[in-house]
Formats: sequence, structure tokens, C-alpha cells
Amino acid sequence: MNEGLRSELSKQGVFTTTLQELYNWGRSNSVWPLNFGLACCAIEMIAASMARFDISRFGSEVFRPSPRQADLMIVAGTVTKKMAPLVVRLYNQMPAPKYVIAMGACAISGGPFKQGYNVLKGIDRYLPVDVHIPGCPPRPEALLHALITLQEKMRGEPLAGPAPARHADPSAPGEYPVPAYGPYDLTPAKNDELWRPAPLPRGE
Amino acid sequence: MKREADEQELMGALSTGDVSPDQPPWHIASPQPLPAPYELKPMPSGTAGLEGEVIEVSIGPHHPSTHGVFRMDVVLDGERVLRLKPVFGYLHRNHEKLGEQGTYLSAMPFTDRLDYFCSLTNNWAYALAVEKLAGLKVPERAQYLRVITAELTRVLNHACMIGFLLQELGAMGTPLMYAFREREKILDLFEALTGSRMMCNYLRFGGCRCDLPPGWAEQCARVVAGLPRFFDEFERLLATNEIIMARTQGIGVLPADLAISAGVSGPGLRASGVNYDVRKVDGYGIYPRFEFGVPLGGHGDVYDRYMMRMLEMRESVKILQQALRDLPTGPVIDPKARLRNFRPPGGEAYGRLEAPKGELGFYLISDGGPNPYRYRIRPPSFINLTVLEDLCVGHTLMDAVVILGSVDIVMGEVDR
Repeated sequence: MNEGLRSELSKQGVFTTTLQELYNWGRSNSVWPLNFGLACCAIEMIAASMARFDISRFGSEVFRPSPRQADLMIVAGTVTKKMAPLVVRLYNQMPAPKYVIAMGACAISGGPFKQGYNVLKGIDRYLPVDVHIPGCPPRPEALLHALITLQEKMRGEPLAGPAPARHADPSAPGEYPVPAYGPYDLTPAKNDELWRPAPLPRGE
Repeated sequence: MKREADEQELMGALSTGDVSPDQPPWHIASPQPLPAPYELKPMPSGTAGLEGEVIEVSIGPHHPSTHGVFRMDVVLDGERVLRLKPVFGYLHRNHEKLGEQGTYLSAMPFTDRLDYFCSLTNNWAYALAVEKLAGLKVPERAQYLRVITAELTRVLNHACMIGFLLQELGAMGTPLMYAFREREKILDLFEALTGSRMMCNYLRFGGCRCDLPPGWAEQCARVVAGLPRFFDEFERLLATNEIIMARTQGIGVLPADLAISAGVSGPGLRASGVNYDVRKVDGYGIYPRFEFGVPLGGHGDVYDRYMMRMLEMRESVKILQQALRDLPTGPVIDPKARLRNFRPPGGEAYGRLEAPKGELGFYLISDGGPNPYRYRIRPPSFINLTVLEDLCVGHTLMDAVVILGSVDIVMGEVDR
């Protein structure tokens, strides 16, 4: 249906939609996060669900303790190399469609602890991150903004066609390989299919 | 492999099995004689003829009730805990090594992230150690600002701790909502003063970073005046609640001699009846000027540890009222203190204070260079956690969760 006919119909009081829009609208308004805190940012995540910031205005107050019931993983805090395999395993246990928000500088890049020998330099080396929130820790408003950004992304996801959403694409992986403890570091150190940093321009 | 072997060796050395109480409750065999392949024990309730089978359960590191990324490996006989091994290190962020690599001042923001509820007391403990090392004097006004921010931090931490404890008792939401409501009021003050809600990074060696913004002291006095009403509300809701009393009284008793020999400090120690508060013992800062009491418990159970926090918050309000009344004018930082190119003379210093969770200490060795030669933290949460097995053995698994909540740990400080 073209946009002109649609706006004409809506002026006449006839609401039209597509199955895809209805489906995306429904699930984007009830994103259930995983009740999963790693470090300092988890406290701001809890604060976002408390009275002043009230994440339930956006339909996400149902923090589920089990990954089997969650849609959204908020990686809230520093991911250490001891914890990284468990984070990936938790993600693998979540049912599709599933989303990841990297909350805080540590989850994005290692943050202030990046020089540490035991700190993973960003969870996007192992997981497909949908929204990054900078800050140390981000304010609860920033988490709410990330949630709204994620909802907008979900509403625009095509369910079919040449480039469908991740969960609707049969060729996209549903699970990601869990890193193992090697003799010196996590092996593999990153998921090459996911993490492709932009090449650094050197010289002229 | 090698990493696992290292971990086992480390955890074996950290086992608290050798300091178990004399008579374990419920007349269960002491955890020590249990060999690795567990033998079958008769059920403790005396059901003759029936034999139970012990099972090993790993709780965490992702578990809603383990306060972050903490794991408990428990051996259960039915629902009773036979053995409990705390496993941590899931949040080891190399704080001490990072502190040794940078300058003295650059470790100050890292101290915020130790115990992320109480950044200002962490700042103060580190500043105390460095000031001792360099022989810096702190101006009068800065001392008062330190006391005010530290006591606000104590109220904030204790309120949130009670909220989380009640959450683990099954009161989903309400007490934690009340606690976070007060926390937001205090965080507004911190944000106005330091620019950040949680990671304040406010103290400097020889004073504080900046003076109060206009109207801050009045706003703070208003918040402090509203706190007793919140405490009354909280106590009316919780103190005589039947479920709370049934679930917490007589649970997780920590005897005073065990608490002393294990190095427990803070409200957990005072709940066992040991009168030891670093604010009184050391009198660091200007604490001897204030009149306040040190609440003491009689039983050392979970209820006493909860009640200790309630009473300490009331004492904190007394200190806050006195400090806000006497707040002098003047500079907030020693004019001779150098922020750049700060090189204290060689030597060592241990600065400690009464953080909300217990005695927080920083031990520094200086070789005269711009960065510490050794930087060591004595985290109260970690040392209080070492008695967890002794508290939990003989109780049910659901009580173990409550006991863990009453010990009040923050993993950022435990693992550092």
C-alpha cells in the first residue's frame, strides 16, 4: 500500500497496518531484559527500574532471572576474561529474537580498566551488540534512551525480503561460539565474523 | 588445565574450613572430615533408616541473589548446606596493578569503582593513606566536607543494603523502592557537588576538589531533616514484620570470637557485640569532635546485622546535623598540595577508615617516584565474606541467600 492511500485512509478513520508492523510494534513494547548485572552499571540499571526513572513506562520492567525468558541482554559492567565465556553462554541460551545493549564504557571497550590484564576489551568481540551506551556509569536516562533506540530499531526490522532481521534470517547464526580459557588468554580472542574494527589509517 | 589448577590451588588456600565454630548447629558433622567423594550421612532430623544423598550445586555467577558475579559451590543434604565454597574473581579488574602503573592521583578514579555504592569513603581512605605518606594537612572546611559526604554515603549504602536484603527475603520491590527513593535524593546532592552520581572522584590529597555550590548546604540540611521520617517508615514496615523476624532471627549466627579471629569488621562485627568502630578507635579526620553512639548487637544473627544498619543510619544523621551546623568557611584544599608532579617521599603508610561495609584500608609503599611502588587494598567486603561458610553451614539454602545478603558484599571490592 502506498503512503498516500494510507494517509488518506487514516484521515477517514481507517487504520491500516501490515503484519510486520503489527508484530514489530507488539514485541518492541514488551522487551524483557535479563536480570543480569556485572558491575557498577548494574546499580544504575536497577535505579532505572526504580520509582524515579521507571523503566516500566517503556514496557521493560519485567527483569527475568532466566535467559530462557528474556529478549534483551543488558551487559551492565566490566566483562572480565573469567566472565566472558559465561556471558556468551547466557546469550546463546536466550531464545530468538534477542538483542544486546552494551551499557557503559567497560562493556563497550574495557573503559577505564582497558589496560588490565584480565579485562575483555569490549563485549562486541563475541556478541552482536545492537546499542552501545557510553558513560561510566551511564545515567539511567541514558539506559532509557538506549531502550528507545532499540525499540526504534526493532520497529524497522524487515521480517522477509533480501535483508531480513537477524532472527528471521535462516543463514544468521543463532548461537555464537563460546570462548575457552587458553594457556594465556581466551581463545579465540575475538569472533572474526562479528568484530571487524575499521582499519586504522596510517601515514598519508 | 593450568588456569584451573591455579584457581584450585588459590581457592584451597582461601578455604575457611579451619575456623569453623566449635559446635556446628543442627548437629551436622563438621565440614572438615568430609572427603572429596562424599559419604552418605543420615538425615539430620533423625528419621531413622532413611539415608540422604548429598548433591553439589553451583549457584551463580549469574544468579539474581548473589549480588553481582559471585558463585557459591554448595554441597547440600536435602535442603541443608553441608559445605559452601565461595568462588570469586569474576570481576577482577586489576585495580592494584593499575594503581601501581599510574601516578598517585590517577588511582583516585579507580577507587570510586571499588565499592561502587560508596565512592566517597573509598576516596577518603586512599586520600588518608597518601596524606599520611606525604605529610599533608587538610583544611578545616575540607574535613567537614569529607565527614558530610562520608556519612551521606553511609546512609545511602545501608538503605540500599537493607533493600537488597529484603529483596532476597522475597519482598520484591517495595523496600528497595523506598531505599532507592532516598538514594536518589542523596545522589542529587552528590551530583550537584561533584558532577557525577556514582563515581564522585571528589577528594584530593590535602583537601577536596571544589567548594560547595550555592545552596548545597541548605539542600543537604533539608534532605538530612527528612531522613528520620524515612527511617521511621522503614522500621514500621520492617522491624517487627513477622516474616522478617522468622526468617532472620537465629539465622547465620556469627560468634564474637570467630568474628574477631576472621578479621570481620564493620556492622557485621558490631552485630556480634564487639565494640570496634574505626571512627572511635582511630579518630581519623575530625570524628572525635562529634557526638555519636556505636550501636552494638547481642546475637550476631541476620536480624542483628539488619538492625545494626538501621541504628547506624540514625547515628549518621546525628553526625550530619552536627557537621552541617559547625561547617566553617575557608579554603577546601591545602594551598601547598600539588596535584601535578606529586612525589611523596619514600616510605610506607597504611590509611584506614570505617567504610559503610567495614574497615577499608589502603597500604602504600613509596620509593620517591611519581607512582606507588606497592598499592594494596584491604577490602572489608572480601574479608567479611570469608566467614560465609561458617555462617551458612547447617542452614537451608534459602537462608544461605539471606545470610549472603546480610554480609553486604559488593563484588567490585571483593575481586578488585
